[in-house]
Amino acid sequence: MPANQTNTVTSSRTVVFRARELTKIYDMGEVQVQALRGVDLEFYSGELAVLLGPSGSGKSTLLNILGGLDTATSGYVSYHDNILTEATEQELTEYRRFFVGFVFQFYNLIPSLTARENVAIVTEIARNPMQPDEALAIVGLSDRLDHFPAQLSGGEQQRVAIARAIAKNPEVLLCDEPTGALDSKTGIVVLEALDRVNKELGTTTAVITHNVVIGDMADRVIHLSDGKISEVYENKVKKSPQDLHW
Amino acid sequence: MRGQVMAIALILACGVSIFVMSLSTVDSLQNTQENYYEAQHFAEVFANLKRAPENVKARIQDIPGVQTVETRVLAGVNVEVADFKEPITGILVSIPDDGRSLLNRLLLKEGRLIEPYHDNEIVISEGFAEAHQLRPGDHLTIIINGKRKVLTIVGTASSPEFIYQIAPGAWIPDYKRYGVFWMGRSPLSSAYDMEGAFNNVSLTLTPGAKIKEVIDKLDVILEPYGGLGAYERKDQLSHRFLSEEFKQLRTTATILPIIFLGVAAFLLNVVLSRLIRIQRQEIAIMKAFGYSNIDVGLHYLKQVMVIVILGFILGLLLGIWTGRGLGNLYMEFFRFPYLLYKIPAYVIIIAFFVTAGAAVTGTLHAVSEATLLPPAIAMRPEQPVRYRESFIERIGIKRFLAQPTRMIIRHLERSPMKSIFTSLGIAFATSILVVGSFSDDAIDYEMGLQFNLIQREDLAVSFIEPTSYSSLYEIQSLPGVFHTEIFRSVPVRFRNEYYTYLTSIQGMQPNGELSRLINTDLKEVKIPPEGIILTDYLGKLLHVKEGDLLTVEVLEGSRPKLQIPVTGLISQFLGVGGYMDIRALNRMMKEGYAVSGAYLKIDPAKQQDILDDLKERPRVAAVSISTQVKQNLYDTFGENLLIYTFILTLFAGVLVFGVVYNSARISLSERGREMASLRVLGFTRAEISYLLLGELAVITFIAIPAGFLIGYGITAYFVEALSTDLYRIPLVLNRDTYAFAATIVIISATISGLIVRHRIDHLDLIGVLKTRE
Repeated sequence: MPANQTNTVTSSRTVVFRARELTKIYDMGEVQVQALRGVDLEFYSGELAVLLGPSGSGKSTLLNILGGLDTATSGYVSYHDNILTEATEQELTEYRRFFVGFVFQFYNLIPSLTARENVAIVTEIARNPMQPDEALAIVGLSDRLDHFPAQLSGGEQQRVAIARAIAKNPEVLLCDEPTGALDSKTGIVVLEALDRVNKELGTTTAVITHNVVIGDMADRVIHLSDGKISEVYENKVKKSPQDLHW
Repeated sequence: MRGQVMAIALILACGVSIFVMSLSTVDSLQNTQENYYEAQHFAEVFANLKRAPENVKARIQDIPGVQTVETRVLAGVNVEVADFKEPITGILVSIPDDGRSLLNRLLLKEGRLIEPYHDNEIVISEGFAEAHQLRPGDHLTIIINGKRKVLTIVGTASSPEFIYQIAPGAWIPDYKRYGVFWMGRSPLSSAYDMEGAFNNVSLTLTPGAKIKEVIDKLDVILEPYGGLGAYERKDQLSHRFLSEEFKQLRTTATILPIIFLGVAAFLLNVVLSRLIRIQRQEIAIMKAFGYSNIDVGLHYLKQVMVIVILGFILGLLLGIWTGRGLGNLYMEFFRFPYLLYKIPAYVIIIAFFVTAGAAVTGTLHAVSEATLLPPAIAMRPEQPVRYRESFIERIGIKRFLAQPTRMIIRHLERSPMKSIFTSLGIAFATSILVVGSFSDDAIDYEMGLQFNLIQREDLAVSFIEPTSYSSLYEIQSLPGVFHTEIFRSVPVRFRNEYYTYLTSIQGMQPNGELSRLINTDLKEVKIPPEGIILTDYLGKLLHVKEGDLLTVEVLEGSRPKLQIPVTGLISQFLGVGGYMDIRALNRMMKEGYAVSGAYLKIDPAKQQDILDDLKERPRVAAVSISTQVKQNLYDTFGENLLIYTFILTLFAGVLVFGVVYNSARISLSERGREMASLRVLGFTRAEISYLLLGELAVITFIAIPAGFLIGYGITAYFVEALSTDLYRIPLVLNRDTYAFAATIVIISATISGLIVRHRIDHLDLIGVLKTRE
């Protein structure tokens, strides 16, 4: 374990997510795949957490359950005082709508809408959103407002996706392999945008990656393997995204 | 995939079955008609006359080109059936005493023909027998020259001459109030003082005979005997009506199925090319493994042909089944004694090649697109689609549109041809619904016009022969008769150069209230004191216009030939003829004051008394009751002709469903990803359904008025194509018809929308996010 890391977990901060004995089994017909095998975990308000693990370790499943996109097979997850594992489909939709921002590996922008409109489509249905232009300024895309996704590079598209995720002023930002489809230089620009959002807006941010280097910019790093948490540590010194290399 | 394959097969089956059903029905009916005509020796030339001695027959036989001649005695007759109070008229037709007709033979349905020289036996037409539930052994009273004679029914039969059994001057058969009756020649002749004479002749021709020359020679021979003008089979009443019905049926039964088949083929093409486009990566892999473009093409063609053949066979079976049913229905309507159902090979071949052709071109187009790319590129996903601001937004209303609405508009505009074709498919289905109801609207309109404005009498009385005004005074003085108006009807041949037309001149009482001349623009046309007014359609046939002199050959009385100025043309829907002031007509006939009949306005409570009284008057040939004529018209059209409309409506509904469903499924597969993304971002199911259903709604709502226009156009074409001297069809489409079409379309679209909505509700959110587009 490097010198700037510690295993002590501060429990005085506000807990945003709490998971207990979380399991998820996918029924694939003939075989059953156990993606999560009893996960106990908290996320704290304002932190930037990086979830590391090889593919199949269950990190995406965990993020999807936290984001209200998937349901657990057993166990318990709460978001503040709301128990997500007991929420109805409608409640989960509302939860995603008002509290969660998502960023995905493949951007998932709407091809028929411009950068500004891709953000506006979310702000139109949110409570207390920021202006789409403002969100795009945060990710450094003020000069690309009226471009359609097909006219933007991969990195730019991902930054539009981040702007779309943060424009509703969500409490949590969940990012699944946000740099997975990008080269390292573009990836770092995207990570800078995430870092900035976390610092300036105080949005609790969870980033999934299999790129160990990205862990260095986190407040806390959570390792998953084979459906369980294998290691959690805090970085005493967080690296700035510019200082990351891979 | 299974749903879509089923939807394609279903639409295909619909298109094929409508096509097969319609064309096989028309062909079978025509085939049956020809077969029936031949089997019963239906004559080719007919002539009515006043009275000629039997030896004239030999002269007719000698006309070059004549093969078989048969003379007969025909008589209009009043009939009484127990327990039926209304007046019944009919025609008595002689059959040779030995029962062996040379021409126009009867086809017995029940019982037997008349025993030689039995003067109390009668054979009655099948339709009349059925309407009154009469069977061999029952009795019937006929009134001959004012004397009642009770006859025993020995058989029921049909005849090629009276397939369409219609009273003179009527528009549709009324089996209860008009019948055809056959008696032995001898008893019939003696009852009407026609011994050794005839008043009707029919004949067949040798192959290659010149029919016009035969008719001219026949007219010359019959002229001294009161000949009313010979006519060929195509002008024979039953045959005329039948031909018109078949023509109408063939027109509708060709155009509408072609639309169906076309839309089905189009859908097939679109859906298949889309399905293959989705598989471009598989195609690339096949190519990477070394399959040639032809191999790949064949591979997909085989799959497609399975769907095509499935749908085709289904459609064929359905078409045969419904065609047989529809054929039988028409068989009963037209009173054919049997139906020779057959499906012409060309129908099957066309249906197959159109559907298979559409499927093959759609498939090959998509496959060739996919195989054109090198495998390495084809294996990569397709480039993201380029969008731009839509035209609607650029004209400045963009700020009023929420993002989802902008998505809908841009998506529609991005592939305008696809949107247009989808809309067109629905529009055509809409138009079929409009056209389907049009005959209903036309009938309503025409009946309204006919019975509210033109014919406003309660009873129409016609006399056996032209009668003096005095008979009219007797009728006018009957209790319960409020008002009478006279008419005079004279059989004539109009001639202008070499254009001729056999019809009659109607002499009308000027300023009449019960019978008037009303133009199609609903304005009354006043009868001029001199000259003649012609139906404009007849004017066209005879090539005469207002102000021209028309030659009129009267076929009655002293048979004068006159030149009469055409003082006006009137457009009418029913029949063609000429109209004159009755006084001018009487002067022309040099007959003093003669009338053929009268129109009566009566006290409804006294109707039965008046009818009973009229029945006892030997001069009264027929009485028609306006309300019953009207009722019969509604019943006949309502019961029979609307079946085809009903089937069309059903299939049009399926068509709309198929178009909307397939288009929704294609959109869903194209846009499932962005819809899932929006669900992830917190959009509700209803909100994302709006994206897809909104698009379909736009397409549907554009399609509906377009369908109205197309429907109106097809209707206009029908009206033009189907207008004849028998009738012209008004181009009328009621608001109800449009509303009905729109309702069916909206319901079908909604049902398919709801089915797709069900799929939207079960989108795989996570799967979509994990895969690259």
